[in-house]
Formats: sequence, structure tokens, C-alpha cells
Amino acid sequence: MVNLPEESLIVVKNLRKSFEDTGDVGVLNDITINIKEGDLVSLIGPSGCGKSTFLRCLNCLELLDSGHIRIGDVEISRASVSQKPDEHMLVTAHKMRTEVGMVFQGYNNLFPHKTVIQNVMLAPIVVKKMRRAEARDIAMKLLQKVGLESVANKYPSTLSGGESQRAAIARALAMNPKVMLYDEPTSALDPELVGEVLQVMKDLDSEGMTQIIVTHEMKFARDASDYIVFIDKGEIVEYDDGDILFTNPKNLRTKEFLRHFTGTETAVNC
Amino acid sequence: MKNIAKVIACAAAFIIISSLPALAGNGVLRWGGDSEGGFPYMFPNPANTDELIGFEVDIVKEMAAYLDMTPEYVNNSWDNLIPGLERGLYDISINGLEVTPEHEETVNFSIPYYKTFLQLAVRRQTQDINNLDDCRERIVGTLKESYAQMVLEELGDVDVRTYIVEASTYEDLANGRLDAALFDSPIAIYSAGFNPEIKFVGPPIGEITYAVAVTKENKELLTKVNEAMVHMRDSGKLREIYDRWGLWSPVMAVEFNDFSPRRTEMTRYDEWAENHRPELTFSKKIERYRSMLPTFGEAAALTLEVSITAMLIAIVSGLVLAIARVFAPKWIALIAAAFVEFMRGTPLLIQLFFIFYGLPNIGITLDRFWAGAIGLGLNYAAYEAEIYRAGLFAIQQTQWEAALALGMTRWQAMKEVILPQAFRVVIPPITNDFISLLKDSSLVSTITLVDLTKAYGQLAGTYYDYFGTGIMVAFIYLIIGLPFVMFSRYAERKLAEQDKDGKKGMAHNFYRTSTRWR
Repeated sequence: MVNLPEESLIVVKNLRKSFEDTGDVGVLNDITINIKEGDLVSLIGPSGCGKSTFLRCLNCLELLDSGHIRIGDVEISRASVSQKPDEHMLVTAHKMRTEVGMVFQGYNNLFPHKTVIQNVMLAPIVVKKMRRAEARDIAMKLLQKVGLESVANKYPSTLSGGESQRAAIARALAMNPKVMLYDEPTSALDPELVGEVLQVMKDLDSEGMTQIIVTHEMKFARDASDYIVFIDKGEIVEYDDGDILFTNPKNLRTKEFLRHFTGTETAVNC
Repeated sequence: MKNIAKVIACAAAFIIISSLPALAGNGVLRWGGDSEGGFPYMFPNPANTDELIGFEVDIVKEMAAYLDMTPEYVNNSWDNLIPGLERGLYDISINGLEVTPEHEETVNFSIPYYKTFLQLAVRRQTQDINNLDDCRERIVGTLKESYAQMVLEELGDVDVRTYIVEASTYEDLANGRLDAALFDSPIAIYSAGFNPEIKFVGPPIGEITYAVAVTKENKELLTKVNEAMVHMRDSGKLREIYDRWGLWSPVMAVEFNDFSPRRTEMTRYDEWAENHRPELTFSKKIERYRSMLPTFGEAAALTLEVSITAMLIAIVSGLVLAIARVFAPKWIALIAAAFVEFMRGTPLLIQLFFIFYGLPNIGITLDRFWAGAIGLGLNYAAYEAEIYRAGLFAIQQTQWEAALALGMTRWQAMKEVILPQAFRVVIPPITNDFISLLKDSSLVSTITLVDLTKAYGQLAGTYYDYFGTGIMVAFIYLIIGLPFVMFSRYAERKLAEQDKDGKKGMAHNFYRTSTRWR
């Protein structure tokens, strides 16, 4: 975590975000972090701490209030919340979204009126103006990668939760993103389906994909991440290698938060 | 989307083309009247419902022949004959229009072609009503906005019921809903002169003068009409027409100073009476219903045309309204919301009248088809907009986010993700709405279009048969609505299939098999 900004794929500086209607929930206070290409980073923290907001700011689903975000060559900066977003900023935000793939919580985010393969083909055709045949080839390869080639022509309503999330990952990958973001991708799944989704993320990691995951799967966070970031009350409290953070957290708040999970941790380890 | 744009473009082109002013009648005499229940003035020939007959039709033919012009008939509801004249739908109006001071304020009248009086009619067995004064505290029926209505209201204490269709008044008299009926004598003769259940009582009441109405501006035409009228009177042509129709009376003898005996047989009246004496044989009735089919067929085609055009307008402008309400800047959304509430909150009938008779005042003249289609279309657009809006809100926000996160623009997300899903939700209620639009299209009969409802009024009035003709027209409405009902069912089934991926969800009636009432 001593990366210089120039070497990092993702650079976030003094990121702030607040909401008019939700009070303190989901607020970000001055987040600064750099993430190297190929890293798998887990974000953990109590609910309402701002970890989801952070992801949504990264791909500009929420426009930052102030600060600076750079992903690859795309940069967005805002001096303060009073600076009205101009055309340039909106164009940059849109560009950012095309560079970043995102998978959401819950499993009904596939487009229900399209088959699985049509879901994967849609964005390349619409956004990148890719030819259908080419999009279909790419989509089929991605579905094979996530193990869904057999359901390519089914509608999403027939898929299990785990299959849906894997399809969602394939759909995001079809845009060939620089970074994949996951907002609690397994929290709505039956326990026996969690593994197949996490496995896809591990595979992607071994291929060198940069991934940021908001998760409550502590075992996965600890085993698979390059490092874990603990966020509380809109701030990064602590980040470190999984084993170090779990066994020897420096900060009292981290310790407090992790105590809730040690029970399960032990159980899993046994 | 391209298709929708095409439809809009075509619709716009049609509106522009069809709203061009009609070429002024050069050698054509356009005359306005109401053929619904219009005997003996003008009505469809019972033997051939495509042909318009009546003593006024004969007069117009005679007059046009004298003026060397081609008559062209324009149908309008009787209430609206004078507004229609002012709007330029036709050059003259002749349909029992009475010369009254009120009428004379807005139009010019030719010299009269017929003078008559009001005839009181009661049931055969009624003994206590023998003149107008006996009508006090009784229920009396008459034609809406007629001289008779005025006379009854001046009498006071009379429970006046006004009708649009003459025949139904006498029907109500015969079946006891009314105690008496007061009508212009020709109507009385042709409605009840041959009806054994009804008798005429009392002396002639009042004085009614019929004349041809021409707009104030059209002095030239008025002179021509008067010239023709004098010629027809002096040459005995008018007398001949009245004889044939059985309408020559002592009042007319005085008016035309012609006391000679009848020269022509009452062929037209006899024909009428023969056809309208109660108790037709069954086969004759079937023959009659069959003869109605071409007229009903044409009317059904018009009903369908108006309804489909209106629905296309409703579907497209409803979508625009819904998108404006949900996505546009606040002030545009407010205008759209106000439009929706206005169209939903005011009667369709008034909207149609406003578009057809009101808008020409500010220079927007739509022909009757487009006035009807646009009126219906905009009214239903308000309802469709609400359905779309519900459809849009039925799509979860996560769908938006998923689309945007894939790099789509707002418009792309709308087009590829949100609208297709919203359409799935709204197809059944929109099809439903179309079925109800099909029925509401009956209101276009009020702006001179001869749709199914108008055809029903005309034919039922002509034959004095509201029962059999009514069943017939009901079935025709059902039949033309059927494909849309079936489409609605099909769409519902299809969508359920997509949700269940082929499993027949709807086929299994959960309510019937798995639950108990008690």
C-alpha cells in the first residue's frame, strides 16, 4: 500500500459524498486510497458505513461531492458540491461507467425481458455498436467462463440466484472493463450458492482482473483478497493484509467490528 | 421506435391534408339535415337503406334541378344543424327548421315551403286529455328544442320530457311512460297515424313555418333559393310533393291559396304505413334485418377506422405525456399533468363538441373524421399516459442502475431496458382500454359521423324497431371488439409464459382447485 499514484490503476483523493435525505447513512468523509492493477480488494464495515456509496461513486452512479477519482486514463474532479456538474463532468462520468463493470446486490438485476445471452450481448451492441455476431461470440465465451453456456437461451426468471449473479458478472465483463466492482454480490443468495459466485471472482483474480468487493463473507475476504479495507462512519479506518487485519487489528473500531465475526470465523476454520 | 415516428409523421400529414378547406360547391348544392328518425322529412328508404327519401329530399331535388346544381347531402344531428351551417359544413339546411326569432338572429330564412301545426296525441283509451289545457300536471313528450317544447313550457305545470328520436316518444306513449305527445303534425302522422293504439285529439295548436336556412353572409344563394321556391309553388310542384306524401292540409290550402282536390295519389304515405303496421311476418322481418347489413357494415367500418386511428393517437401521445411527466423538467411535467387531469376530468362529449364546433372559431377546422379521432385519441391519451406511468414505476430502479452501470446513456437505458419492460406490463390494460374506446367511439355520432350507433338510431327509427335492431347492433359491436379481446388474452398468456419460461402458469386455476370457500 505504498503505491505511488502514478503506478496505481485507481487513485481516489479526498472523496466526499453526502445525501440530502438520508442523514449520516452512506456518507463519505474524505476517502483517499490507491489501488494497483490486478489487486482484489475487499471492503468491509458496518452497514451504513459508506462502503456501497464508495463503490457507486467509483463508477459515478453517484456523482462525487468533491475530490478526485482517476481510473486508468479517465479522471473526474470536483472542487466542491457547489460546483454545478457541467457537460464535461457528465461525459466523464459516463465514460467512467463504460470502463468499470459493476455487479449489484440481489439477483434480479438481469434484464428479465431478454435471455441470458441477450443480457450479455446488449451493452456491447448498444454502447460499443459491436456487430451482433461478434457480440454473440464474446458473450458465449464469457458464459462458458462462468459456467452458464447451458442456460444461454433461458430467461432470467428460470435461473437460480447463483446463476443470476454469475450471468451478471458475465454481462459486466462483456464491456471489457478495467475494474470490476461488486456490491455485496452474495448477500441475497442461499448459502450453498455463494461458493460458485466467489469461485468466479477467484478465477478472475488469477487472470489479473482488478476487483473491489463489498462483502460480509469474511472468510472469502481474508483468503482471497490482496488486502482488506475497513470502513466506518465514512472513513477508511484501517487497511491491511487479511491475516494481519483479522488477527491483529491496530484500531479499536476494527477490533470491535471483527469481534462479531470471530465466532463464525472459528467455526469455519474448524 | 422508427415505426412509431413514421406513424406520427403519417398522422401529421393526414391532419394537414384533411384539414384543408373543402372546395366551395361550384355547381354543387351541399345541404344539411338529420336522417335519424327523420321521417317524413328525410330518412333512409326502408326498401333500400342506402337511399335517402322524404318530402324535403324531393323538395331539394326539385330545387337543385331548377337551379341546375347537383345536390349533395351532409348528415348532422338536428340539434347542431345551425352551428354546422355556420361552420360551413353545407350551404343550406332544410330539415323542419322552424322560422323563430331566435333562429333568425343567426341565419337567414327563405320564403316558407311548408306550414303546419302541433298535433296532440294520446293513447286510444285515454278520455281525459282532449286539448292542450288538459296537459297540465301530466307527462308530455316532445322533440328537444322544438316549438312544441316551448309551447308546453309556456303552459306551465306540465312535466315535459324531451326526446331526440320521435319514434321513441310514441313508443313511450304507447307503453304508458307518457300521457301525451305533442309534435309537428307531419311527424305525428308518420309516427302514429297508422298505430291502432294511438289517437290524435284536439284542434291544431299554434303555427309552424318551415323554411330553408342560409347563412347571413350568403345573400346570393338566398335569392336563388327564393326564386326556386316561388317557381315550385306556382308550378304546382310543391303541391304534388305534399299530395304524394299525404301532407297536404287545410292550413296549406290557405297558405298556397289552392283549394283544388287532390291530383296525385298518396303513394309515399301508403308505402310507409304498409311497412309500419305492427305484426310483420317473421320472414319479412328477417328480410328486413338482412337489408340492414350493408348499412351496418359501412357504419362498423367507420367505427373501427375512427377507433383504431384514435387509439394510435392515444398510444403515441400517451407515451409522450408519460415520459414528460416522469423525466422532463418540472415545468413541462406540470403541463403534462395538467393536460392529463383536464382530459380525464371533462366529459368526452364536450371535448368533441369543442374540437368540432369550437376550434373553427380560432381558425382550426378539422373534418369530422379527424375531429372525432383526435378528440377520442387525446382523451384516451390521458388514460394511456397514466397506464404507462404506472408501467414505468413498476420497473425496479435497479434495472436503471444496471443499465447505466453498463455504460448506457439515459436514452439507451430507456429504449433497451425500461420501455420494453414497461410495455410488457401495459399491454393488457391498454388492450382493455381499446375495447372501451371502441364503445366510446359511439359519441362521434354527435359530430355528424355515421358510425354504428348513428346507423342504429337511423334504422331503428325508420322501422320503428329498437328491439331487433338493438340486438343486431350489440352483436356487431361484440364481433368487432372480439379480436382485441382475444389479443388481450393472448398477450397475457404470452407474458406469463415468458415469466415462467414455457411452464403453463395460467392454465392451472389455483383458485378453483386449491381453496375452499368455507
